[in-house]
Amino acid sequence: MTNSGLGSLNPNQPKTAAMAERMAEVKGRSLWADARRRFLRNRAAMVSLVVLIAVLLFAFFGHYLTPWDNETIDWNVLGNVREKGAPSFATRHYFGFDDSGRDLYSRVVQGTQISLMVGVVGAAIAVLVGTVYGAIAGFVGGRVDSVMMRFVDLAMSIPYMFVLILLLVVFGRSVTMLFVGIGLTAWLDMSRIVRGQTLSIKNKEFIEAAEATGVPWFTIIRRHIVPNLLGVVVVYATLLVPNMILTESFISFLGLGVQEPLTSWGALISEGTRTMSYGTLWQLFFPLSFFVVSIFAFFFIGDGLRDALDPKDR
Amino acid sequence: MTLLEVRDLTVTFDTPDGTVTAVDRISFDLRRGETLGIVGESGSGKSQLVFGITGLLASNGRVTGSARLMGQEILNLPDAKMNRIRAEKIAMIFQDPMTSLNPYLRVSDQMAEVLVHHRGLSKQAAIAESVRLLDAVRIPEAKARVTMYPHEFSGGMRQRVMIAMSLLCQPDILIADEPTTALDVTVQAQIMKLLAELQAEYGMAIILITHDLGVVAGSCEETLVMYGGQVMEQGTTEGIFAGPTHPYTMGLLKAVPRLDRETEKLETIPGNPPNMMNMPAGCPFVPRCDFAEERCWSERPVLTRAEGYETRTRACHRSLEELK
Amino acid sequence: MLSFILRRLAVAIPTLLVLVVASFYLMQFAPGGPFTSERPLPPQVLANIEAKYGLNEPTWKQLVNYVGGILTEFDFGPSYKYKDRTVNDIIAQGFPVTLKYGSISFVVAILVGGILGIAAAVRQNSWLDYFAVGLTIGAQVLPNFVMAPILILIFTLWLGWLPGGGWNGGQWQYLVMPVIALSTSYMASIARLTRSSMLEVLRSNFIRTARAKGLPNHVIIWRHALKPTLLPVVSYLGPAFVGMVTGSFIIDSIFSTGGIGYFYVNAAFNRDYAVMMGLTILLGSMTILFNMLVDILYAWIDPKIRL
Repeated sequence: MTNSGLGSLNPNQPKTAAMAERMAEVKGRSLWADARRRFLRNRAAMVSLVVLIAVLLFAFFGHYLTPWDNETIDWNVLGNVREKGAPSFATRHYFGFDDSGRDLYSRVVQGTQISLMVGVVGAAIAVLVGTVYGAIAGFVGGRVDSVMMRFVDLAMSIPYMFVLILLLVVFGRSVTMLFVGIGLTAWLDMSRIVRGQTLSIKNKEFIEAAEATGVPWFTIIRRHIVPNLLGVVVVYATLLVPNMILTESFISFLGLGVQEPLTSWGALISEGTRTMSYGTLWQLFFPLSFFVVSIFAFFFIGDGLRDALDPKDR
Repeated sequence: MTLLEVRDLTVTFDTPDGTVTAVDRISFDLRRGETLGIVGESGSGKSQLVFGITGLLASNGRVTGSARLMGQEILNLPDAKMNRIRAEKIAMIFQDPMTSLNPYLRVSDQMAEVLVHHRGLSKQAAIAESVRLLDAVRIPEAKARVTMYPHEFSGGMRQRVMIAMSLLCQPDILIADEPTTALDVTVQAQIMKLLAELQAEYGMAIILITHDLGVVAGSCEETLVMYGGQVMEQGTTEGIFAGPTHPYTMGLLKAVPRLDRETEKLETIPGNPPNMMNMPAGCPFVPRCDFAEERCWSERPVLTRAEGYETRTRACHRSLEELK
Repeated sequence: MLSFILRRLAVAIPTLLVLVVASFYLMQFAPGGPFTSERPLPPQVLANIEAKYGLNEPTWKQLVNYVGGILTEFDFGPSYKYKDRTVNDIIAQGFPVTLKYGSISFVVAILVGGILGIAAAVRQNSWLDYFAVGLTIGAQVLPNFVMAPILILIFTLWLGWLPGGGWNGGQWQYLVMPVIALSTSYMASIARLTRSSMLEVLRSNFIRTARAKGLPNHVIIWRHALKPTLLPVVSYLGPAFVGMVTGSFIIDSIFSTGGIGYFYVNAAFNRDYAVMMGLTILLGSMTILFNMLVDILYAWIDPKIRL
């Protein structure tokens, strides 16, 4: 009796051939192709993607659909918005008027632009700072790591909303400050995640092998660590965007964020809330719907990406 | 009298990709004070077999067939009735003593609750009895250590705690699911010795599940060899070691290191354990079998009595002659 | 236990100090002092006022005086805007309000969320489970500033059941909507966390052991599964607390409940740094203290953490 490997066993058997074929197929599918397939199968994420693209198109091209801009005040309507300011297709004021007699549709287009921008730019700042910080801490390790992470622990126990409001008060309530402030207070989680991921990748065999064969460390970072970090970063970045929008809306709702004549979802919702007892419910309804639907879409896409890129984490 | 009589026990799981059969029509008898060894690689369904008997399957699992405990059918009993059998009639110990004890409860609490619940003892009486059992499994200073948490014990000591806990109600059957796999080799031998001593003292029957033929050889009267959820060979341990009649058992025996024979190298069975999601239509062992022929792929061999043996059954298309 | 608390304090106190010093110096950066207004004050008057509030001294000395005042007399100093009120007056007026609806919201979020999560996990794939999962997904997009207007719309404007704002000594009619608006998203998060944590625990080996011991279901869930289930929930309580403290700004602004959030936001508009500073320190130290309590609670539940 001889021992023989699986491959040489009954090579003519159809079962074995089918198995070999399947193995080749598994090997041929990369991580990203696999993730894309899983994402495309996720119905909630796909619907959300369509919705989000629609919202984006609305933000960038919505103003072409209306003759009205977001600044002109209709003095006929002002003071009697409840009677004359309701949404109407005849006048092409699709969403009606806001409380100051401006076209609400154009205001919502403008608010959508700013909210999305704050969300994306804020998340980008947070991702950039957090990734660099976390990757350095994780890669360098040792005392540097423990000092850097100690600082993160410390900063995390400070309620960031206070810091943000303080920054806005001290440096003035501008959109730029909002970008920077929101981004700078949101990178802490990101840095922890990236550090953990870096640490676990650093100790994998292929890194040790690369180090042992004398590959320079920046090549190791570029070729091995960054591609492996990318999945986590993408997932958390997607989930950060809606959180940034939530923070911005919170601040703007209080009136401390985006200032007139600019506006955002939070500011519009705030205005709609103030005026709803006068019966101008559309001023609340439209911005609130855009906010809720978009945040939903972002969360579903984030969840879909997480399931697709990190299926074990379920 | 037969203590436990299992007939055509089948365990299936409903998964998103269809129904998976983890255990396929298995039958055996267990007599009082006897030890039955169930041998198989991981994924052969040996654990699911005993989980099926004791009603501990995952929620998507189904068990059919029959298992009679002293004449009473116990498969698919309602929870309330099954709970009276667990611990009182059939107790279990598990592979990984690190995770099988609750890390958030003191050992005293985990042991005493068995007696409080099943025997109606007071907390103090239950703890006193627990200490007595911890003594019986040779835990030093049992009285002081009973109030500790599991993480304060070593791996071998934790398995002793598990054994003591399982014996609190003096069950008729002890099911030991890979009791030594997670332990150091020296500790393994101690635990097996302890089980044998306790069996002599308390007289319970043991179902010993293991992937290690060496463990079976030292402690079991009967052995059941499983592969891919099915029985390959079944008979007395002595007989199987003396003359295996199934290619899988032969392979397993070759893989056991032996000191009494000179071999150049330790042989292994080539290939991987079967994938439950994708079983061959015929014999589950066929992709790894040196003796496979055309009908082994298409037709499932039936478990029948081996020619020339009184008590041996085997599931193989090839005759004993052909395997020589 | 004591050494654990001391070690925790050794981290908490520097954190608080960093917060105080950083905010104090940050405010020195601010363009325009608290007394800059459209009608410039004569320099002599301004100097007098600044001397009165101690603003003519070097920054570090102001800081020392300020912190000293808080530590020795619990004195947060005068407000720059309301000439006749101190920060202490404002705290005395607003804090009880915030504390009342805040603590009720916190308890509601934990109890309702925890019970819902446990029930959903125990009855996995039942209608209750689907309801809980649906609610937790929905609540992601229902933060307090979305919940509050919807609640007012339904219960005040349409049904007319509840007053749309005010406090009135904290009668229940005035509490219902602030509590629901503030607690919903945290309740949902706690429910989701509890559910997934419980499901994971129920799959663990020691629960299988407990089942093999023939213990009834309620013993397994409450005695064996509850503690490990609660650990991740306990870690979430810190962030939830912070979220509710900041959420109270919204509640005070929509429901005119008159809690400290109202004063904080007003101070932010008016650049009343004394009030901002005082409230930041008060709420910041409460947060840090609360986080410490959470850590102790965590260590108390998990025997593997040495005290």
